Amino acid sequence: MSKYSALSLIRHAFSNNKNWQLAIKDAEPKKSYDAIIVGGGGHGLASAYYLAKNHNLKNIAVVEKGWIGGGNTARNTTIVRSNYLWTEASLLYEKSLKLWEGLSQDLNFNVMFSQRGVYNLGHTLQDMRDIERRVSANKLNGIDAEVVDAKQIKKNIPSINTSTSARYPILGASLQRRAGVARHDAVAWGYARAAAQLGVDIIQQCEVTGILKSNNQVYGLETSKGRIESNKIGLVVAGHASVLAEKADFRLPLESHPLQAYVSEPLKPVLDTVVMSNAVHGYISQSDKGELVIGAGIDPYIGYGQKGSFCIIEHCMQAIMELFPCFSRVRMLRQWGGIVDVSPDACPIISKTPIEGLYINCGWGTGGFKATPGSGWVFAHTLANDEAHHLNAPFSLDRFSSGALIDEHGAAAVAH
Amino acid sequence: MLIIKCPWCGDRDETEFSYGGEADIKRPVAPEALSDEEWGDYLFMRKNTKGVFKEQWNHSAGCRRWFIVERDTVNYDIKATYKF
Amino acid sequence: MQKNRLKSGGHIQRDDILNFTFNGKKLQAYKGDTLASALLANDIKIVGRSFKYHRPRGIFSCGPEEPNAILQVGSGSRTEAGLKATQVELYDGLIASSEKGWPSLHFDVAIINDWLSKMFGAGFYYKTFMYPAKFWKLYEYFLRKMAGFGYAPDENDPDYYSHHNEHCDLLIVGAGPAGIMSALVASQSGANVIIVDEKEKFGGKLLYSDEKIDNTVAIEWVERAQAELEKAPNVKCLKRSTAFGYYDYNFLTVCERYTDHSPETTVNSPRQKLWRIRTQSVVLAQGAFERPLVFSNNDRPGVMLASAVSEYIKRFAVLPGRNIAIFTNNDSAYQTAIDLKNAGVDSIIIIDSRPENSSAATIKTNELNIEVKFCSVVTNVQGSNKVEGIEIAKLNSETGLHDNELIYRDCDLLAISGGWSPAVHLHSQSGGRNAWSEKLHCFIPKNTHQKNTSVGSSNGFWGLKDCLEDAKKRTSEMLTDLGYELSEKISFDVEENNYVSMSPLWRVNDGKDPESHPKQFIDYQNDTSVSDIFQAVREGYKNIEHVKRYTALGFGTDQGKLGNINGMAILAEVLNKPIADIGTTTFRPAYTPVSFGVCAGQEIGEFFDPIRKTAIHDFHENQTSPFELVGQWLRPWYFPTQNETIENAVKRECLAVRNSLGIMDASTLGKIDIQGKDALNFLERIYTHDVSKMAIGQCAYGIMLGEDGMIKDDGVMTRMAENHFYLTTTTGGAASVMSWLEQWHQTEWPDLDVYLTSLTEQLSTIVLAGPNSRKVLKKLMVTGIDKESMKFMTFVKSKIDDIDVDIFRVSFSGELAFEINVDSNYALHLWNILIEAGKEYEITPYGTETMHVLRAEKGFIIVGQDTDGSINPEDAGLGWMLSRKKDFIGKRSLLREDSIRNDRKQLVGLLSLDGKTVIPEGAQIIRKGAHKKPIPMYGHVSSSYYSPVLGHPIAMAMIESGRDRHGEEFLAVASCGTEIEVKVVNPVFYDPSGERQNVE
Repeated sequence: MSKYSALSLIRHAFSNNKNWQLAIKDAEPKKSYDAIIVGGGGHGLASAYYLAKNHNLKNIAVVEKGWIGGGNTARNTTIVRSNYLWTEASLLYEKSLKLWEGLSQDLNFNVMFSQRGVYNLGHTLQDMRDIERRVSANKLNGIDAEVVDAKQIKKNIPSINTSTSARYPILGASLQRRAGVARHDAVAWGYARAAAQLGVDIIQQCEVTGILKSNNQVYGLETSKGRIESNKIGLVVAGHASVLAEKADFRLPLESHPLQAYVSEPLKPVLDTVVMSNAVHGYISQSDKGELVIGAGIDPYIGYGQKGSFCIIEHCMQAIMELFPCFSRVRMLRQWGGIVDVSPDACPIISKTPIEGLYINCGWGTGGFKATPGSGWVFAHTLANDEAHHLNAPFSLDRFSSGALIDEHGAAAVAH
Repeated sequence: MLIIKCPWCGDRDETEFSYGGEADIKRPVAPEALSDEEWGDYLFMRKNTKGVFKEQWNHSAGCRRWFIVERDTVNYDIKATYKF
Repeated sequence: MQKNRLKSGGHIQRDDILNFTFNGKKLQAYKGDTLASALLANDIKIVGRSFKYHRPRGIFSCGPEEPNAILQVGSGSRTEAGLKATQVELYDGLIASSEKGWPSLHFDVAIINDWLSKMFGAGFYYKTFMYPAKFWKLYEYFLRKMAGFGYAPDENDPDYYSHHNEHCDLLIVGAGPAGIMSALVASQSGANVIIVDEKEKFGGKLLYSDEKIDNTVAIEWVERAQAELEKAPNVKCLKRSTAFGYYDYNFLTVCERYTDHSPETTVNSPRQKLWRIRTQSVVLAQGAFERPLVFSNNDRPGVMLASAVSEYIKRFAVLPGRNIAIFTNNDSAYQTAIDLKNAGVDSIIIIDSRPENSSAATIKTNELNIEVKFCSVVTNVQGSNKVEGIEIAKLNSETGLHDNELIYRDCDLLAISGGWSPAVHLHSQSGGRNAWSEKLHCFIPKNTHQKNTSVGSSNGFWGLKDCLEDAKKRTSEMLTDLGYELSEKISFDVEENNYVSMSPLWRVNDGKDPESHPKQFIDYQNDTSVSDIFQAVREGYKNIEHVKRYTALGFGTDQGKLGNINGMAILAEVLNKPIADIGTTTFRPAYTPVSFGVCAGQEIGEFFDPIRKTAIHDFHENQTSPFELVGQWLRPWYFPTQNETIENAVKRECLAVRNSLGIMDASTLGKIDIQGKDALNFLERIYTHDVSKMAIGQCAYGIMLGEDGMIKDDGVMTRMAENHFYLTTTTGGAASVMSWLEQWHQTEWPDLDVYLTSLTEQLSTIVLAGPNSRKVLKKLMVTGIDKESMKFMTFVKSKIDDIDVDIFRVSFSGELAFEINVDSNYALHLWNILIEAGKEYEITPYGTETMHVLRAEKGFIIVGQDTDGSINPEDAGLGWMLSRKKDFIGKRSLLREDSIRNDRKQLVGLLSLDGKTVIPEGAQIIRKGAHKKPIPMYGHVSSSYYSPVLGHPIAMAMIESGRDRHGEEFLAVASCGTEIEVKVVNPVFYDPSGERQNVE
């Protein structure tokens, strides 16, 4: 398989770009596989890639209802960070962040991971206590983090409003410098290409209609492309996790909500970092193409429609005006919605299920994109060994009966 | 932007309401008789239906009454609303 | 000197000369011009540079689909980036610049990208800039610099924006022929109608048509109709208004622009207004977009849409060329030839890809002696900074391929037309589907999801008569459906051109690899060309969504209005599939870009979120107290005397309470009145303690849990009467607790006879705390508060200065204290009385900070500060409050495996070993000597203060198995890395036996 590089671009230019190899290889399903991943989003493709790469499984398929990378991978605001409060969560996201740091080279596909820093703003004394607590915990966990005051924020982000008379004055922030943004499509395609190179079959336009099991052991899938057999199946379908779980007769503690985002028209560089505020419900960064990429809070109701209500956008605009009043004349180009599967403790479920051989990876809520590599890594481990990796052991499904929740809601680090 | 028909007040804009999730989750009569798993099921497990779904809404900026809405969670069409 | 301005014609006001500048060059044009027509009038050919290859680009269209003329307009705080020159109404003093090209627009060194364009094919950036890894930052710096269309202002917006809610029966989007007809029909029905159009004038395509309606030129018909509609009491006409979003339940967002077209912005007018329209039904009459044709160098400045050329001539009297070629696959472009001829152009040639035919259009051009080459295509454009000539080849209509016997022809303008695509954007946003029409060769609306209908050319009717008929018919049906009776019949007589025949030509193709030809652009703004689509497919990006994303097709600021259909058709060709199988793409709001400001409206700044002030706020403000934001409330943080630091003020306030008398405004506490014969039963289920044990007149500290067993809120409960309780909640929890109680009552236990009333605003609460507090009340002749008669944790009704008050003997400071509830209307008065009466005891107002210190000295938790949603009552040392006798919300959860772990975090006190250092709140607790990361954390510091009465710092923390660790030493680590040696102690630091309640 030919490698991508500047040289390859030149070489292919001379042959009129005729000889590029397939990056996305469409496969038709075989009769059976050693493992099947349901869901061709970033997480599913990463899972397949690491199954093949780290666990030496040869015969793997990814089945995708639509087109790969077409769900939340294509719809998020691409923020990557690991500064979560609880050790369980932060170590999982940190594993992911470490993988992001070498991902372009590992996949030989430029995912444009841009470590431009993420600021989580604090607006009240309690926000600042929470930030202090979280940053201190992050550092003890070996995760880069610092607390910055309003003056430093203003210096680094000239366009931000640090007036003390603001309705939500900015008192300070946590800053993770290694955090940043990445190119969403590239992550799905990069993993798909790399997985296919390792022999993974990527089967698009293939909808799962049934999950086959006998004596509580899974043995295959009914799909729109026929029956595919395997006794190791991983479900990685984000907003549709509950729908598939129902097909396998088990329940999940999830609600799928619309989550909306929007971009401005492309501007010259005006914001060199990522700014998030839970208090006002808005977060913002600028893509390499120049668009301001802005995310809102979730719509309150359950919704599978990839659309939400305008009042959420309106409120988010007001929040952005609170933080960046000078963006008032900037124009919204496009808005859209995704479907996020929200769990009771705002943490994912990466777990075995009540059915032998069936595994689930879901519940990422609004924060799944950043976890893509780490999620794939630990889920692949879980599938291959029929046992959780130590990083995802706390994220099992049975925590909802034992009560061992990892409550990221309580602390300031929720959301994205 | 939904319009929700409050069974007491009539059609109102979505912004007057707050959401209460799945309807018909009955609080167990004798919680201590349940296993941790059964209790966890009551606490956290949800239908999360894709399709027509029975959910509770509160007319929080109006009469403050809770009521039931049957809504399609794919296209958001409301089929019916009624009192508890 | 407006070189390209025709001597006469157009809807411009020639007596109103406007001055403007473009890239610093001073130019003139007329009122009525758009920035685009003004630039063309002045023969400005290059207006921008393309995104990837930095190719020079000129004005291409006349509307919102413009891909090239994307300009920065205005200066200073009113500058705006990314405006399409075709949509900017010219005003005097307008400043525009292209913000593209370095060192200049005409000479851009980055044109090197164009020469090396084969290296920069589809998705090239995914394949490079990876090595060495750390260089990405540098690559990215330059990539970011190259991208973007303009600058955001760096000052705040001087203008304001407003929102307006509106309801109507019928909203008509677009006031072209179909929209106007629809409005006329609806107007006569008596229905409540709104018609919106993005231009400053109604008319749409009729603004530059020479067709006739009712024996008058169309434009006159438009003006008459507009006047009639504006007069009609049931019709609202919104001009300069764009319907940009179509949401569920027929909710549409319309942005109306008030001041963008006028040089002096009026102070009394918002700049833009957002109309939030709920309507029974919608007529979509947005018209159609002309498609470009795809051939080599089809992006050169001087290549324009044929309809745009007509529009510039007839609306603006601007003739952007003299020697003109028209390349078309349909009849509509023949009109452009006719318009050119009428404007006095002699040198016109039509290159028509179709075989010779005798349509009305060809007959007409024959009459006018316009040269037409049938079965011919333009294969290439010569000239780089402007069109200098074209290459023409013969097309084999059997194979669809052209030969390579090229004919050269000079020209300075090439008008192109690839047929028309209905503007299905809002239909698609509304949840409607589109279907490919094999007859019309475009997507047309099908299957509406909401109550709407598309009419006229947005429904695939190209001819004027058909448009009007369609609008009339569908609007009538809609109105009948809404229950309106249509009394009058509207009839009209149309003299139309009906130049509608079309035969598809998706790209000019000689069967060779597109890479062997100069670039054939599909999406101008994003530089997506035919070869990119071929390459994308070769690399496996076959789904239309993948192709779009990989090649950036349709991701420009025109959102694919120009290029999408050609792109999809070419993809279909590459994949050898029917276009219908390629699928459609979903359109999202906004139809055209819309300012953040207008979406935000006026709920910004101080109106972003309401601020709540207590009835005593004026006093605090007069004391220049700094405020702390708690929820929406402003609470006094501390009360500094002149130049006093927070430390000194808090110290003074604390000691005043401990030694004499303090007064605090606690009005923000949530207050709920509960009555009904099942009130007790209800509260038993909510609170953890045995409520039934409470005697009338007794108060009790109460906590409520979530069903997950975690502490949700706390407060004081008072039994006012047998079936009457009064609860307080935390300030932040007031609203959510009220809702929570209502939810349990209504959804779970509707059979309980309980009435819940929030009294948070109605009552104010003043706390008198300190050993002298009773003395002050006695001085004021308050009855019922004697030591003997009023025990700790009881309540009494009384009067102060003849004002009814409820007095509660409760204490959050550990001192003798009285919480006095009073009607908020009397609160400030009562406060002043107490201040006056307390003077002899040096009564000291204190704020939230002092309150926090005093309660921490007593080891009292603050929900939300010492708890975080993961703390159950046992953890917080409140296990004694859990009733064993009854069930209550959350009780079962306390029995779960994880709830009974003995290594849960528990509330403890902390002292710094040096006795001096105040431990930072939020610091994490670790073992001394732990270095290897991740370092195990035992807990964190939740509250920490200097205690003036003890003379040393104190802190509260949640620590694993904390209650078993009293005496153990740890390190508290702050975020900055500072490590403080600490010792675990009992969290009650002061007066552990509670003696201080008992003073006289």
